[in-house]
Amino acid sequence: MSAPSTAGPPPVTVDPDRPASGAPRRRSRKHRRTWRQAIRRDWQLYSLAILPLLFFLVFRYLPMLGNVIAFRRFQPGGSVFGEYWVGLRYVKMFLSDPTFWEVFTNTLVLGTLTLIVCFPLPVILALLLNEVRTRRLKRFVQSVSYLPHFLSIVIVAAMVMQLLSTDGTMNQLVKATGGDAIPFLQQPEWFRTIYVSSEVWQTVGWGTILYLAALTTIDDNLYEAARIDGANRWRQTWHITLPGIRPTMVTLLILNIGTFMAVGFEKILLLYNPLTYPTADVISTYLFRMAFQSSNFSYAAAIGLFEALIGLALILSANAISRRTVGTSLW
Amino acid sequence: MVTVDSSTVEPETTDPERAAERLGRPRRRRGIQTTRGYRVFQVVNAIVLTGVVVVTLYPFLNIVARSLSDEAYIIAGRVTLWPRGFNVDTYGLVMRDSLFWTNYRNTVVYTVVATAIAMVLTTCFAYVLSKHHLKGRTALIGIAVFTMFFNGGLIPNYVLISSLGMTNTIWAIVLPNAISVFNLLVMKAFFESLPVELEEAAAVDGLNTYGILLRVVLPLSKAVIATMVLFYAVSFWNSWFSAFLYMDRQDLLPVTVYLRNLIAGAVGAENVGAINEANEVQAEATLKAVTIVLTTLPILLVYPFVQRYFVSGVMLGAVKG
Repeated sequence: MSAPSTAGPPPVTVDPDRPASGAPRRRSRKHRRTWRQAIRRDWQLYSLAILPLLFFLVFRYLPMLGNVIAFRRFQPGGSVFGEYWVGLRYVKMFLSDPTFWEVFTNTLVLGTLTLIVCFPLPVILALLLNEVRTRRLKRFVQSVSYLPHFLSIVIVAAMVMQLLSTDGTMNQLVKATGGDAIPFLQQPEWFRTIYVSSEVWQTVGWGTILYLAALTTIDDNLYEAARIDGANRWRQTWHITLPGIRPTMVTLLILNIGTFMAVGFEKILLLYNPLTYPTADVISTYLFRMAFQSSNFSYAAAIGLFEALIGLALILSANAISRRTVGTSLW
Repeated sequence: MVTVDSSTVEPETTDPERAAERLGRPRRRRGIQTTRGYRVFQVVNAIVLTGVVVVTLYPFLNIVARSLSDEAYIIAGRVTLWPRGFNVDTYGLVMRDSLFWTNYRNTVVYTVVATAIAMVLTTCFAYVLSKHHLKGRTALIGIAVFTMFFNGGLIPNYVLISSLGMTNTIWAIVLPNAISVFNLLVMKAFFESLPVELEEAAAVDGLNTYGILLRVVLPLSKAVIATMVLFYAVSFWNSWFSAFLYMDRQDLLPVTVYLRNLIAGAVGAENVGAINEANEVQAEATLKAVTIVLTTLPILLVYPFVQRYFVSGVMLGAVKG
């Protein structure tokens, strides 16, 4: 039984008749199966997991370990894990860096604005769509509103630039109302508006899908009962529809909070420029420049690690809070 | 009997009506109330939704109009929905740019290769994870799901990819994104929903695990495979950052980075206050519009046909939560 020779991949011949004869006997003591037995029985399944596990190991977990360069001196071209320990030097460095706190604030502001605006709008749009009684119209609005979701962020950024250029539509409107052309993308005070509205344009329609699905699962009898009790439509929406989609809302809220710190890095990278840094520069773009323009990889890694840890803490606490208060959680 | 049309008048609920409702007409029974306030709401709602459609579509129409307009009209800020001074010369200009076509071909190649590899890895792993009896299954799921909430970050990833010698190769784009955990969970949920009996029967017939996966499970999973292929293909088609980060040879770039370089260059020119170089900047206005149109076109062309697969994919993912 315990001979070490059985530990390796067992001969193939045990396989074909295994489910017929072996399975019922094994199932009775499934919970006690040892690793050796599991591997002998399911080695083909395990073999399918090897490449995917290798992927996770190399491209997901190795970079996590790679974060040690936040605490080590790193030289481009040198070891992946840096040269020698420097302790908390880089952490102290960014904590006392005024620019870091500026981009930290920008991250919080942009993240909060995005959450406040982009989280409720899909709910509202889904409720409105749900009231549409012409099926064809509803389908049409849905199809159109999903469309921006499928565009590359580069295309979205390019469209934003076209609309906001001095000869673009927005400035045509400004001029039509008697104003002077505004170089929107060059002015820090406009950046947040531009960022959030383009985010709305791209995500709101797609965001309705899950809500619309949840809306169809609400029991019609509830509405009927409410009507008999004399509730009007507004009260029906408030007391039946919204509670009905609450689990979906909470789940999506937790997920949104999880991506809070990683505010649209790619989009900001495409849309910002030195003139708009005061409002547009966020943690991820700042560390991007630190690494690839100033070649300060360790410093950038320290900031990145800090950001990732905050993100993890946010999603864990959002999940814990929602489990306690509303009983919905991701896991 | 009552005909199943989309009239808004609600008759007493008969069976065809119920059937129609299940087919997707949401809760018409609520329509029994037609108070004055509700009729007003319906009108307002229609206006709001029309607004949503207009706002969503306007940027597309505007770009197309700009791409077909004469530069002078764009400079004058007179192009909105219709092309002015109609000309297609700029299309010819972009189409003759060999770099544009090289980059376009790169996008196609990267998308095909990356999607193929991603599908193999995702399918294999999802199948393994769908087997509830498998020892260590929870740990395997944990390994995958944890990466959704915590990742190594930009810098360690960059250091890793470059020390693996993957810069300026297709692998820098393909391998680091080979498994999307969301897609993995969608597929796993689908495999779990398949009846166990089929696989048991196949095992009795002498198929091993690989045979069961290839000949029994995959043929039953065509719908979810189509959805996953689309998910991956769109994300690789749209991706630009990996290429931007890891590739410095122009002839290796995907078309998204071509577009990015085009628009970023123009922004740079405006930044240094090159109003006197207006000519150059504005010659680029049409050029940019044309490139945007040509890059967006494939997505717009296939979108109407594949949209429902995406929706069903999101639903599948949501069932699992």
